[in-house]
Amino acid sequence: MNVLKTNSITMQFGGVIAVNELAIDVNEHEIVALIGPNGAGKTTAFNMITGVYKPTSGTVQYTDVQGNQIDITGKKPSDIAKLGIARTFQNIRLFKELSVYENVMIAKHLHLKANFLAATLHLPGYNKEQAEAEASVEKLLKSVNLWELRNEKASALPYGQQRHLEIVRALATEPRLLLLDEPAAGMNPKETEELTAFIRQIRDQYNLTIFLIEHHMDLVMEISDRIYVLDFGMTIAQGDPQSIQNNQRVITAYLGEDEDA
Amino acid sequence: MTMKKRNLLLSIIAVIVLFGVANFVQLEMDAYIRRIVNLCMIYAIIGLSMNITNGFVGQFALGQAGFMAVGAYVVGIFTVPVAMRPGVFYATPMNPAIINIYMPLGVALIVGGLLAALIAFVIGTPVLRLRGDYLAIATLGFSEIIRIVITNASSITNGALGIKNIPPLNDVRIIFLATLITFILITLLINSSYGRAFKAIREDEIAAEAMGIDLFYHKNLAFMISAFFAGIGGGLYGALLGTVDPKNFLFTLTYNFLLIIVLGGMGSITGSMLGAVIVTAGLEYLRVFDEPLELFGMAIPLFRPGFRMVMFSVLLMFCVLFWRKGIMGTEEFTWDKFVNFCKHPLAYFTKKGAHAE
Repeated sequence: MNVLKTNSITMQFGGVIAVNELAIDVNEHEIVALIGPNGAGKTTAFNMITGVYKPTSGTVQYTDVQGNQIDITGKKPSDIAKLGIARTFQNIRLFKELSVYENVMIAKHLHLKANFLAATLHLPGYNKEQAEAEASVEKLLKSVNLWELRNEKASALPYGQQRHLEIVRALATEPRLLLLDEPAAGMNPKETEELTAFIRQIRDQYNLTIFLIEHHMDLVMEISDRIYVLDFGMTIAQGDPQSIQNNQRVITAYLGEDEDA
Repeated sequence: MTMKKRNLLLSIIAVIVLFGVANFVQLEMDAYIRRIVNLCMIYAIIGLSMNITNGFVGQFALGQAGFMAVGAYVVGIFTVPVAMRPGVFYATPMNPAIINIYMPLGVALIVGGLLAALIAFVIGTPVLRLRGDYLAIATLGFSEIIRIVITNASSITNGALGIKNIPPLNDVRIIFLATLITFILITLLINSSYGRAFKAIREDEIAAEAMGIDLFYHKNLAFMISAFFAGIGGGLYGALLGTVDPKNFLFTLTYNFLLIIVLGGMGSITGSMLGAVIVTAGLEYLRVFDEPLELFGMAIPLFRPGFRMVMFSVLLMFCVLFWRKGIMGTEEFTWDKFVNFCKHPLAYFTKKGAHAE
């Protein structure tokens, strides 16, 4: 059963076609990677899925936990998040001046049923919801070893921890589908290895489906069940890691053409 | 838990002490001091309201004067005793639909706040799609529109003549209670999940949206809450002055509150309270600069009416230069910090010094 399916989504900015008729599907519990050289349109594809951009044409379909097929094309990012799609960003977008704890607590806001009056007056219904949210955030932060750092400002964390926190914050929204935009950017090989293990671990622990953009080929090849390759907005290849590694078009896109050939 | 109890106890003691002070001011001080204290508290209410949109949600909105005018006029129109109304509305008779509606001050304040919130909703729907300077200009414009509508709706607002004979609110204790309630409600709001959502929008709109926070809903909500308290503050202001006049609510009035929240710290509730006291009292006590001054038989030429504003501006510039984030920044006064400070006053300063580097 697929969780996410895009039907030929195209994004055009003026005369530039950033993504051309992208058709992907991501099945439940899979880890799927989207790779491609810089400017290939990977982040644009993410932005279309999460509602930041409305595709020029094509539709995005999402299947929720109950198995309902939902057309999420051009929905508001906040509504898409509420349906169970969480994401991280290529250039970390934490709430910098807020604490680690607050960063993660904010992700619980979308599950809040109490209205602002009940929240302001701290009525029992709201307090109960809040206590539950607090307990779940505490559990989450402890499980990823960020509990000791909960009162630190997000911007005070070292770079690797910030990346980590961004994923944790996305997890706190209790997603079904997690989109990771270059989670290993700027990490050294050891950190990348840890991240690989972490992604696998959360996939299994929270029963997630993961769709990620990444440039670290070690990570991509090791972790992905399937890979899509974009170049100048076109899908030039798709398949399992083995076949992608040997695909001539992919090699050409990354390394360029040999003039003598 | 014990810490929580201790803090609550300290808060209650502080409230009782402050109420005692308010009572003392009311009974023992002259009208001038009472006026300044009242003004401080009303400005604190409006500063707090402005801090919601500007400090916590991070939206640069400058409509406070307009929302104050709404609150003040509701109080003005409905609290003047029915018998006195023909005397007030001597140029254009009052609209018969409202001429017999009388409200006590408390009800009028709430109605004024709600009306301001409703107007904020109507304005906010188109305007809150704007960002930064554009939002500031649009809200400023709407604030002027409110004032101009009031100036021209003579049969309701008595137009440019203003409304006189509003039963004056001359009790420091009542205004103190209103300020206290506002302070508590806003503190509770900011410490709730909604407050966190507001801060998330301030920090990063795109990330907030990706975390499921509906930007438009939350911005509009904050704008309405802000307008509500501005309306209450405006109503108290009208009642304090005893008259309302469209010229009281020129857009320049908004800058007073901008000053208060910038000085106190954008995104700090206690900072706004502090800012309100400093700005209001500062403007009063700098009046020495407005008086002519003679030194060694020579009149110092600068000391003339208006010079205090120059001095005030200079002080502000220093403040902005050295405390770029205002006095409190986004920090709050807490009892924990206060107790720590009392225990180790010196450590506090050295730590602060190290922190600044």
